[in-house]
Amino acid sequence: MSDALARRDERDLRDTMVDGSELHARLAKTWGTGRGLIAALSTVDHKIVARRYLVTAFVFLFLGGLSAAAMRIQLARPENQFIGPDLYNQLFTMHGTTMMFLFAVPVMEAVGIYLVPLMLGTRNIAFPRLNAFSYWVFLFGGLFLWVAFILNIGPDVGWFAYTPLSGPQYSPGKRTDVWAQMITFTEIAALATAVEFIVTILKQRAPGMTLDRIPLFVWAILVTSFVIVFAMPAVMVASTMLILDRLIGTHFFNPSEGGDSLLWQHLFWFFGHPEVYIIFLPAAGMVSSIVVAFARRPALGYLPLVLSLIAVGFLSFGLWVHHMFTTGLPQLGAAFFTANSMLIAIPNGIQIFCWIATLWGGKPVFRTPLLFVLGFFFIFVLGGLSGIMLASVPIDTQVHDTYFVVAHFHYVLIGGAVFPLLGAVYYWFPKITGRMMSERLGRWNFWLAFIGFNLAFFPMHLLGLQGMPRRVYTYQPEMGWGTLNLLATIGSVILLISFVLFLWNVVSSNRRGEIAGDNPWDAGTLEWATSSPPPPQNFDRIPLVTSREPLWAERGPLPVVGGLAVDMRQVVVGTVTEARPILRESSPEPSIWPLFAAIAVGGTFLGSIFTPWAVVWGSIPVAITLIGWFWPSGSPEDEK
Amino acid sequence: MSRFSLFLLPAIGFALAGCRGWQSALDAQGPQASELAWLFWIFTWVLGAIWLAVMIALAAALLRSPASRPDPLLVNPAQDRRYAAVVASLAVATGVVVLVLTGLSVVSQRNLFRVEEEAVTIRVTGRQWWWEIRYEEADASRSFTTANEIHLPVGKPVKIILNSADVIHSFWVPSLMGKQDLIKGQENDIRLVADRPGIYRGQCAEFCGLQHAHMGILAVAESQQDFERWRDAQIRPAEPPGDPERQKGQAAFLTQPCIMCHSVRGTPAGGKVAPDLTHVGSRKYLAAGTLPMSRGNLAAWIVDPHGIKPGVNMPTIKLQPDDLNAIASYLEGLK
Repeated sequence: MSDALARRDERDLRDTMVDGSELHARLAKTWGTGRGLIAALSTVDHKIVARRYLVTAFVFLFLGGLSAAAMRIQLARPENQFIGPDLYNQLFTMHGTTMMFLFAVPVMEAVGIYLVPLMLGTRNIAFPRLNAFSYWVFLFGGLFLWVAFILNIGPDVGWFAYTPLSGPQYSPGKRTDVWAQMITFTEIAALATAVEFIVTILKQRAPGMTLDRIPLFVWAILVTSFVIVFAMPAVMVASTMLILDRLIGTHFFNPSEGGDSLLWQHLFWFFGHPEVYIIFLPAAGMVSSIVVAFARRPALGYLPLVLSLIAVGFLSFGLWVHHMFTTGLPQLGAAFFTANSMLIAIPNGIQIFCWIATLWGGKPVFRTPLLFVLGFFFIFVLGGLSGIMLASVPIDTQVHDTYFVVAHFHYVLIGGAVFPLLGAVYYWFPKITGRMMSERLGRWNFWLAFIGFNLAFFPMHLLGLQGMPRRVYTYQPEMGWGTLNLLATIGSVILLISFVLFLWNVVSSNRRGEIAGDNPWDAGTLEWATSSPPPPQNFDRIPLVTSREPLWAERGPLPVVGGLAVDMRQVVVGTVTEARPILRESSPEPSIWPLFAAIAVGGTFLGSIFTPWAVVWGSIPVAITLIGWFWPSGSPEDEK
Repeated sequence: MSRFSLFLLPAIGFALAGCRGWQSALDAQGPQASELAWLFWIFTWVLGAIWLAVMIALAAALLRSPASRPDPLLVNPAQDRRYAAVVASLAVATGVVVLVLTGLSVVSQRNLFRVEEEAVTIRVTGRQWWWEIRYEEADASRSFTTANEIHLPVGKPVKIILNSADVIHSFWVPSLMGKQDLIKGQENDIRLVADRPGIYRGQCAEFCGLQHAHMGILAVAESQQDFERWRDAQIRPAEPPGDPERQKGQAAFLTQPCIMCHSVRGTPAGGKVAPDLTHVGSRKYLAAGTLPMSRGNLAAWIVDPHGIKPGVNMPTIKLQPDDLNAIASYLEGLK
């Protein structure tokens, strides 16, 4: 250490005073997660939390996938005896609930938690302890559901849990209670991450990253977060009302006592349709990132793409009634929702056109991430167009609740979210692990997934038109649905194999993959400016952003800003529109309390399945853990 | 391009297969179903063409072989402006297509739900997992209750009032009309016409619990004459059995728990929570479209309803073998 430095106050060491490897090492120590179990459980590093989120969400993907495979085996031939109706109903409920609440939403958040701070050039996500808390809540919620399933109290009323079937009269026992409380509980995690994203994106961008320089993926996460904030409370209110009906005898959904079972559907779909876009919008952001990187040119139509994201976010709240066209609503009202549902095709269409135009104007590099994006175009556009059919009230009366709808939303969700997600994993895996994934296995993975998917789900359009309803555990031989169902089952097996291959690629590449380097794809956004994997502090110095693709604009070292503390956790907070730095804000240290708080909240929810008093007694440990969490710890700044 | 053609060939084959089958939405047998099928095909062709155009544009974008781009930021602004103009005009075109399709949909919706003076009113009540069917007439003595099979005169508008006694079900006979839900606490209705005599199958389309899969319904469209004959027969109470076997069956039936739930008009059996059996032998299927009607299937059903339809509300009742045969024979004779 130099003499000049020694004279300074140790506690106010700034990054302008040290350099190179010493700066790197000191920051890594300040921001790092210590060794040992307690440290691991206390970490607030967004990258570590995101990795846990990712791994957990993919475990749930495989559990959801295996339950789908079991259902496909049951449906492979008519009157099959492989699975009875009781288990089948649990399986399709678990499949839907897991895929929607434990895989699709969390996995998109996981990618966001990992990438958003890196893309914005900051050192951690806002409210990092809340972030750690949200992971534990998500984990416990998922465990809760799957342990219940193993104990044969898995929910069996569908992921939509329509009343009165899910009410106390027609679903006695604990199964639906498990579902209702699991939903309320895990949505806390989604809401928490949404709040973190909004604050991080609006306030913690690197200096110079004005609103029109925010990467498209980050825009997508921002819009998604606002959708979550407005949509999730609807389902939490609904599931709470359901548990009240079941547990303490309220009658919100009981028509015999002045309740209304359709109220459930309104509340559920007011969340349920935005949910589709909560899953799709981040995926659209991934597509934008991959298209730009592999077309090797800036996005054509950055502004229309951003405006489309925002428009989709808004319109997604005006579509919910198209799930209810056959419930006997007034005709004019239904027609209004037809118009609204079709309207959303315009912003979605604009995004597709912009991406194709970007590819057209660039020089596409055909690597695995781009292959998955091309698969996305093929599948998602088809799913989107069949969605336009479902928006029409008359057509919907025929295909609603049939396999046509099953085909449609798997085209939209697997095509629109899972294909981009797999592409994103191939794309960002080098950043997260420092190693490339195998290109050869990646191509096999893609083609098997693409062929398997279409073979599994295209026939379902025809099954729906031939009259096969959803959620049936079997069908009679004389219906003539056997061949197409067998084909779908074969396709689903191929799809499953492709996922096993994907898993193998991830595991083996993580050990033996080619070393990636900082920026293996020569991409332009900030996450590629730091090492792979990034150090705990993300960046030794906060970059100064002058363009949308800083790494393309500056071929040498990036310009940086200085002045942040080295021995304390500090992030730059800036203005909302121009990201002009306005203050240095301290960022919380690791803490074990978020874990304890999640255990306390989880215990309360678990207990509430058995007695309403659990809410009263549970509030005590929740209060204690929150006091511990927020106990003033005397930060170094305060002591100065 | 090869993967596109690979995919399209089987797709066309399947599409043709989609028209057949006795529960098919595209096998239209009435004006409502024809309207729906017509609208479906219009949408399919328009949207299919759009999908193809997008795929061709994508393929063209990929197959161009421009020079490599060492500097990704080097773009041609004039060219980009042209691309932007194309994107903008495609966005406008999307708007126009969406507008036209919305218009077609709304017009079709008006045709579909047009109210015509009905010739027959049928009240269908959904129950876990069967359909209670009541033909309603102004003259109460000509109203009657049956189950799982509706008959309708060809060419006459039929009004179907839909309600549920328990959870939500959905009434759907694809060859005649789109579906409509049966919801406790509210009354929905649909109107439909059958163009040709025939037997059209339908099925509950809203998940309603364990036996949602076995909740079928038959719609039998027949000439006015046949319909009247059927209706007159249904209005009459059950005829007392003639032969000793069936007499024994009736006696056994009336002394067993069967009558706690089932009705046979003209006998003391007056249960109201299970299907009315007054003319059960005249129905084509048993247990809501699950088994074809026959004496053997009746006996199999009575012996082990939970083996055939696990979770069904009908309990298993221990019967002596000859009582069982007698009851099956009695029920089969209830034409």
